[in-house]
Amino acid sequence: MRILVCVKQVPAKDAPIKVAGDGAWIREDVAYETNEPDAYALEEALRQREAHGGEVVALTVGPARAAQVLREALAKGADRAIHVAGDDAHRLDSYAAAEAIARAIAGEKFDLIFTGLQSEDYGYGQTGVVLAELLGIAHATIIMQVQPAAGGVRVKRELENGYFQYLNLPLPAVLTIQSGINKLRYATLMGIKQAKSKPLATVALADLGVSPSLNRQSVAKLYVPVKTKKTELLEGPAKEVAAQLAARLKNDLRVI
Amino acid sequence: MLKFRDVDFIGFASLLSDNERLVRDSTRQWAEANLTPIIEGCAREGRFPRELVPEMGRLGLFGANLHGYGCAGMSNVEYGLVMQELERVDSGIRSFVSVQSALVMYPIFAFGSEEQKNRWLPRLQSGEAIGCFGLTEPDFGSNPGGMRTRARRQGDEYVLNGEKMWITSGSIAHVAVVWAKDDDNVVSGFLVETDRPGFRAEDIHGKYSLRASVTSSLSFHDVRIPAANRLPGATGLKHALMCLNQARYGIGWGAVGAAMQCYDTALQYSLFRVQFGGKPLAAHQLTQEKLAGMITEISKAQLLAWHVGRLKDQNRADHGHISMLKRNNVAMALDVARTARDMLGANGIADEYPIFRHMANLESVKTYEGTHDIHTLAIGEKVTGIAAFE
Repeated sequence: MRILVCVKQVPAKDAPIKVAGDGAWIREDVAYETNEPDAYALEEALRQREAHGGEVVALTVGPARAAQVLREALAKGADRAIHVAGDDAHRLDSYAAAEAIARAIAGEKFDLIFTGLQSEDYGYGQTGVVLAELLGIAHATIIMQVQPAAGGVRVKRELENGYFQYLNLPLPAVLTIQSGINKLRYATLMGIKQAKSKPLATVALADLGVSPSLNRQSVAKLYVPVKTKKTELLEGPAKEVAAQLAARLKNDLRVI
Repeated sequence: MLKFRDVDFIGFASLLSDNERLVRDSTRQWAEANLTPIIEGCAREGRFPRELVPEMGRLGLFGANLHGYGCAGMSNVEYGLVMQELERVDSGIRSFVSVQSALVMYPIFAFGSEEQKNRWLPRLQSGEAIGCFGLTEPDFGSNPGGMRTRARRQGDEYVLNGEKMWITSGSIAHVAVVWAKDDDNVVSGFLVETDRPGFRAEDIHGKYSLRASVTSSLSFHDVRIPAANRLPGATGLKHALMCLNQARYGIGWGAVGAAMQCYDTALQYSLFRVQFGGKPLAAHQLTQEKLAGMITEISKAQLLAWHVGRLKDQNRADHGHISMLKRNNVAMALDVARTARDMLGANGIADEYPIFRHMANLESVKTYEGTHDIHTLAIGEKVTGIAAFE
């Protein structure tokens, strides 16, 4: 089984974010890390390879700094990596990013393509789905489990309210992986050392003909939610006020 | 417990390669997930978390800067960053790893026979075997050359008699690297399996410091070991001191970690703790003066550790450089811990925050592996050419 895992570098969860001057993205002087759902996607790919053999290739679309998530993937056990690199790669929307991935792997043949369910920065949750459409192959989202099945794979999807759905998919297929479906491994020091000699290919975004001009959507404004204090006085008979209060706590504030 | 935020005022991370940052971040993730949640409990109970040893071995934390025999072959800066992240959680845990790596695996690696290396290094690397290092004696601390422990040759064996004190991991070790005077009065290194008759290890109780690591005294009463257990390359006190240099180098980084944790705790605390007119403590000049001083000293210490690490990778770090690193960074960390304790007020004495534990730990770190004052004299000797130890 040959598996491609798409991994994105995102601002670290607890990094103090500042909006950049153009109001469309954040300032770059923050710490970055691997998008968490993508880390689970990588872990699932490594487990599939350990169980059934094959190859795991990690791919990222991002500026030079994003190579770090590929080094981490290689250190954890990916066989090789592809960096689709461009200074403005972090400004691509889901469609343009999916175009970049589809073009970068044009000469390759993968049985499965894993992405995380969504990214922790833009959070569109679309890249994997659009990629499947561009490649003309099957896809399924919010994957909790992947098992081999006759002619393809059997996957468990997470639905709302604790429901699950089992699906059989033909290969090749794109699966977007839910966080928490396995236990993440740590990169060992030996793995980090070995990763230095694993292949890491760089493909320029420009050579693929992809740039933010392909974007189908644009960010109009990025801002930190403004905290406001508001005092409201509920008036009337105690019984009515109590009912109003309960309704507000339940419906507006959602604390009960 | 406050979540640690990185401490990097001067863009220190820009001095590190991608791989070095990956080593730091991976060790940090592991330590925060596995050590941080249990460390206060371990310190309170005086318990070393031995259950984590196999996992630490699997991650490659033991002998990380040695090459071959299953070791990770890290650069010295990478190794230092591992020490920083471990000691950021606890000096006792870092001490365990330092002893295993620098004081047990290193002498076997540097002075051992091929047979000794093959027998011990893979097992020590994986954590299957634990080691300890016996140099200090009850009456000989800063002056180890005066040691009384003897190894007398009898046929194909050596017979060891004597006592060692303040031995990290002593009672949990499978093998001890013991320094003793041979029949020619030469300080020599021996590998002593701890299940040999006449070997005893007793834990030192009542420690106010390094409570999450084991500290023991060792006694040797006619302990017979094969002559092949002598480390062939360890022929003189200078070889024991070479081991200490390896460990001190790691301590120089580890102390930075402890200081980073104390500083970050004090900073976060002073930002949320409000006193006098609704202002956080951090808005007061006396608090800012402390924070500015702490971050300045931490930044200088980071640069010193990094630079000595680069020198060490080029085989240009001498014992004077390492004395300066250990002396400066540990004293700095202890100052930072004490200041942080002060800034947390009464909360600084409770184990809800890691400050007091770090502060108490660092009292040991200041003393062991060459006291602060001994390193002062080592640097003094290097700059003047005059030894002032006696």
